[in-house]
Amino acid sequence: MTTTAASSPGGVTGPGVAVELTELTRVYAGGVRALDGLTLHMAPGEFIALLGPSGCGKTTALRCLAGLEDPDSGSVVVGGRDLTHVPTNKRDMGMVFQAYSLFPHMTARQNVEFGLELRKQDKATRAKRAADMLDLVGLSKQADRFAHQMSGGQQQRVALARALAIEPQVLLLDEPLSALDAKVRTQLRDEIRRIQLEVGTTTLFVTHDQEEALAVADRVGVMNAGRLEQLAAPAELYSAPVSEFVADFVGVTNRVRAEVGDDGAHVWGGVVPLLPGSAGRGAAVLLVRPEAVVIEGGEANATVVSSSFLGGHGKVVTTTDDGDRVVVQVSNAEVTAHAPGDRVRLRPRGDRALAVAP
Amino acid sequence: MAQRAALRRKQTTFRWVVVGLVMAFFALPMVAAFEFTIRARGAEGGYDAKTWQTLLDFGTLAESYPDLAKGIVASLLLAVVTVVIMLVLLVPTMTWVRLRLPGMSRLVEFICLLPLTVPAIVLVVGLTPVYAWVIYLLSGATVWLSFAYVILVLPYAYRALDAGLRAIDVKTLSEAARSLGASWFTVMWRVVLPNLRTAVLSASFLSVALVLGEFTIANLFAYKNLQVAMYLLGKSDSKISVAVGLAALAFAFIILFAMSFVGSRRERKS
Repeated sequence: MTTTAASSPGGVTGPGVAVELTELTRVYAGGVRALDGLTLHMAPGEFIALLGPSGCGKTTALRCLAGLEDPDSGSVVVGGRDLTHVPTNKRDMGMVFQAYSLFPHMTARQNVEFGLELRKQDKATRAKRAADMLDLVGLSKQADRFAHQMSGGQQQRVALARALAIEPQVLLLDEPLSALDAKVRTQLRDEIRRIQLEVGTTTLFVTHDQEEALAVADRVGVMNAGRLEQLAAPAELYSAPVSEFVADFVGVTNRVRAEVGDDGAHVWGGVVPLLPGSAGRGAAVLLVRPEAVVIEGGEANATVVSSSFLGGHGKVVTTTDDGDRVVVQVSNAEVTAHAPGDRVRLRPRGDRALAVAP
Repeated sequence: MAQRAALRRKQTTFRWVVVGLVMAFFALPMVAAFEFTIRARGAEGGYDAKTWQTLLDFGTLAESYPDLAKGIVASLLLAVVTVVIMLVLLVPTMTWVRLRLPGMSRLVEFICLLPLTVPAIVLVVGLTPVYAWVIYLLSGATVWLSFAYVILVLPYAYRALDAGLRAIDVKTLSEAARSLGASWFTVMWRVVLPNLRTAVLSASFLSVALVLGEFTIANLFAYKNLQVAMYLLGKSDSKISVAVGLAALAFAFIILFAMSFVGSRRERKS
């Protein structure tokens, strides 16, 4: 990893390496299966976000890759090398933690230099690299500050600089933004993406915040009960979920009673084409996104419950005559047109959707 | 308004009176002891500083009171060895329990606090067969008393270190260091210990103070440490014995003062 460093763009790190987590299983004392045959392959330089509810095993997966936890079975291969039983300190993984992890007795600069010192780099090289890294995260001026003199966002930036300073094979981000307030979170999230693109390190990002995952990752893996439910590009994950769990977890989903026929699901007098994996003929529940429903004139089939502005767009909540609660995304102009109690007609826009057994 | 101010004044005065009385209560024996040590020998009375001169000049002291000098050296050595064994034993154990065996923390705490409930004499009776082996395998040197002293200081050292470990996120810090390539030794030496500095100092100071003041175990095992030497000397030359007692007290006081100073400086920094 050191030889490629000098020639890489920005002199930051070498091109990323491939990561292969294969059939990882991890059972905790008490029989909880944190990982249940997880397989995840990351392309070199790829940014993958693992998304899922708490307890789905996403952090365990990351910790197995970091070597902080041993899988009961399965293998961890990084850059063609089997690391399954290699201790953490021999793995060359840069890691940023959820909790603030800067060494309290060292300045930002000393923190960044720590990993380089362990690699026996000489003082001048260390100082240069630490300066570069702090510059990369925009904290050159805070180099001599201690952790307690910095804000949470700054601490996480330094932690990122420290993780990248060692030119890691893989960058591991374990919910690094969840302790920060909303504005800093968005800002740092975008910055993490910028830096990752700049250095090209293969990155695994664990989060429970879907917006975060969708915004930064090349591909997002949704995890459920220790397995990868779906791994896809953000847009695909949103528009073509493979399961009810994914559809429910990512974005807002309306559950609407429908009838599945040969040509698709019949709902509100329209036909919705189905995604692969949908339920077969007969009664089903159709999972429809708020923006895939249109309010139009004609014979009413729903009643408006409420309507509200959400900034860039608005939403109208309705109850259909079948008794389903349906949220419709509308333009701001439309919000005022629909008062509670109004009768409206809902129509599917025709986007592909997933139908599941009722 | 004026009434309240008067009341507050009264309360302040009362507090100072209480503080003054307590101080006097503690200071009086020390002042009396000091007065005793500077009384000139002989019938004509008056004061001189001969006793203190002897005490401060270790060469003369070793010549005129060889047992006392040996006791002082033995106790200082015991203090150092006890602190070293205690730290080497406790810091890695407590850190490891915190990191890997959190379920064991209760047990470790119980074991460490147990010596508080065991009277010294019981400890001696229990340790006698152990020391038969110690003397057989190592030697009868006073310094091996440190094994017993480590047990004695365990509760105090444990409390001090536990407070320090609670104040930092050992798990995250060590995992961060590990991911950066640190061995477990480096984690302990470069990351955990520096952040436990205050706690380690407190534990060490408390141990030193305890060891320097220990009499029962040393006496029952027939070892000669400072306190035993002082006690024996007190029978023949009470002046020098009392002076040494005062000096030891002053030393312990300085140590405790240094400890609170180090602690408060650290707090101000963060």
